[in-house]
Amino acid sequence: MTEVSSQVLSDSQGTATVFAGDYLNKLSGERIERECRAKLNAGYREIIVDFSGTELVNSIGISILMGVIDAASGIGAKVVFAEPNPMTTELFDMLGLTRHVEIRA
Amino acid sequence: MKLQEMRSTNFSRFAAERNKLVHTFGALAEIGQEVSNKHNFQETVRTSLHLVLGSLGIMRGGVVRYTRFEHELNMVSARGLGDDFPFGMSLCYEDERQFLANGLYPIECDQARVLPFFQVYDRSLERAKIELFVPLVVRDELLGGIFLGEKASGEQYTSHDKEIICAMGRHIGVAISQRNLMAELERRADENRRLYDDLKMTYKDTVKAFAAAIDRKDKYTEGHSVRVGKYSEAIARELGWGEEEIEGAAFAGYLHDIGKITVERKIINAPYRINAKESTELNKHPGAGYEILQPIRHPYAGVPLAAKYHHERLDGRGYPDGLYDREIPYIAKVVNLADAFDAMTSDRPYRRRRSAQEVFEDLQRNSGKQFAPELVTALLRGVIRELSGESKDKTFRKMLGREYMESEGLMPMVRTALNELAPTTPLTFVAHK
Ligand SMILES: [Fe+2]
Ligand SMILES: [Fe+2]
Repeated sequence: MTEVSSQVLSDSQGTATVFAGDYLNKLSGERIERECRAKLNAGYREIIVDFSGTELVNSIGISILMGVIDAASGIGAKVVFAEPNPMTTELFDMLGLTRHVEIRA
Repeated sequence: MKLQEMRSTNFSRFAAERNKLVHTFGALAEIGQEVSNKHNFQETVRTSLHLVLGSLGIMRGGVVRYTRFEHELNMVSARGLGDDFPFGMSLCYEDERQFLANGLYPIECDQARVLPFFQVYDRSLERAKIELFVPLVVRDELLGGIFLGEKASGEQYTSHDKEIICAMGRHIGVAISQRNLMAELERRADENRRLYDDLKMTYKDTVKAFAAAIDRKDKYTEGHSVRVGKYSEAIARELGWGEEEIEGAAFAGYLHDIGKITVERKIINAPYRINAKESTELNKHPGAGYEILQPIRHPYAGVPLAAKYHHERLDGRGYPDGLYDREIPYIAKVVNLADAFDAMTSDRPYRRRRSAQEVFEDLQRNSGKQFAPELVTALLRGVIRELSGESKDKTFRKMLGREYMESEGLMPMVRTALNELAPTTPLTFVAHK
């Protein structure tokens, strides 16, 4: 199984990037949420979830992403969804996730 | 607005609606699949909760399972409810009645304050921002519930949303119901097993008590029944029988002479060779044993038959029916050999036991006449394996005594007897891997 990869873009800015990949849509996708929580606990105040490698997000994926939003909002951190494709963007919009995150094309 | 523009606006709205439907129905289909796949129950519920929350964009929620005995809703899976959300929540009779009457339809928590449940847990529900509670009622049974928080969009739940939640809730209810059924089946299987074990134990104790009673009546052959049981067991083990069958052979041995309780004590205990009349009397014991054992339901087949035919011989010269080889039930042949072996190797009132040499020669000589040859082979093999230390079993040492088992030249003697009985070993075909 592919490891959840995360990378710290810039320490000074307190931003961490987590790749959603294609494992977001299964129970194992909970690892992405754990990864984000770990970053938040480590003091990062901006989490970028990168969707460049994600073709489709299903309901499990949405639920996991809402877990990320919930964790971030609890401590006043910011969540950015980067490079989701148009269909995914539309879904985020439809379900109201865009109210809680910034979408970066 | 131009017609062209109107068309395009309508089209994009239609496309958005369609995407939303595809998304929700995808979740509905997946939840059905998840439940019917019967994974681990916890994982099924966890996945189902994700699907419910994700399909409608609900920020938080939890699935609880109802335990009827404790009248409690216990958390199976939760997301975003916070650490202080209660793990177990008790229901009163009125709550249960109302939930059952409501059926599987989301209840708005604000509007259900009249119910004791919502009064008692008011603070917890409010802190976790729970908006809906869905009682999981399937086939008129309350199986659990789903707590649902606010939607990410900040919008109210629509009736369409609630329909979707119902459909998904039914699947989760079924999953819980299946789980309950499995647990009940396991519990019953466990209970049955325990009951069966108890019965078997009772049977064992009874049999042993009987064997001891028979042996006490026959004071010169004290311990005979028990020894015959042990030898029968040893032979069965050498034959490669299963554990249950081995145990059955032991019981057949323990009970083979039970008919002797109907024979006059003075004949059984005669300190001399009994006369013809007394012999006729004594020879009734196999039939009497059968009469005693036959009406009892034994866990092992053949126990009554072993008693009836344990004095039959392969050559038809035995009693009571003078049966020939194939006519004799196999278990009776096993007990017959065990019986004869004990008669030869234990002291009787009118004679000492025979020497090892005599015994093994006798077995060899009578193999095919009185005894089934493969049974004699099995018995001898058992003795050899014990003598050589190959088997950790100590049946023969315990029954025959150290002196006997360590008598000089016993091993080569048994080996010779065994080889003469089975001069060739049949080849066993072993398939190549
Ligand atoms: Fe007998
Ligand atoms: Fe006997």
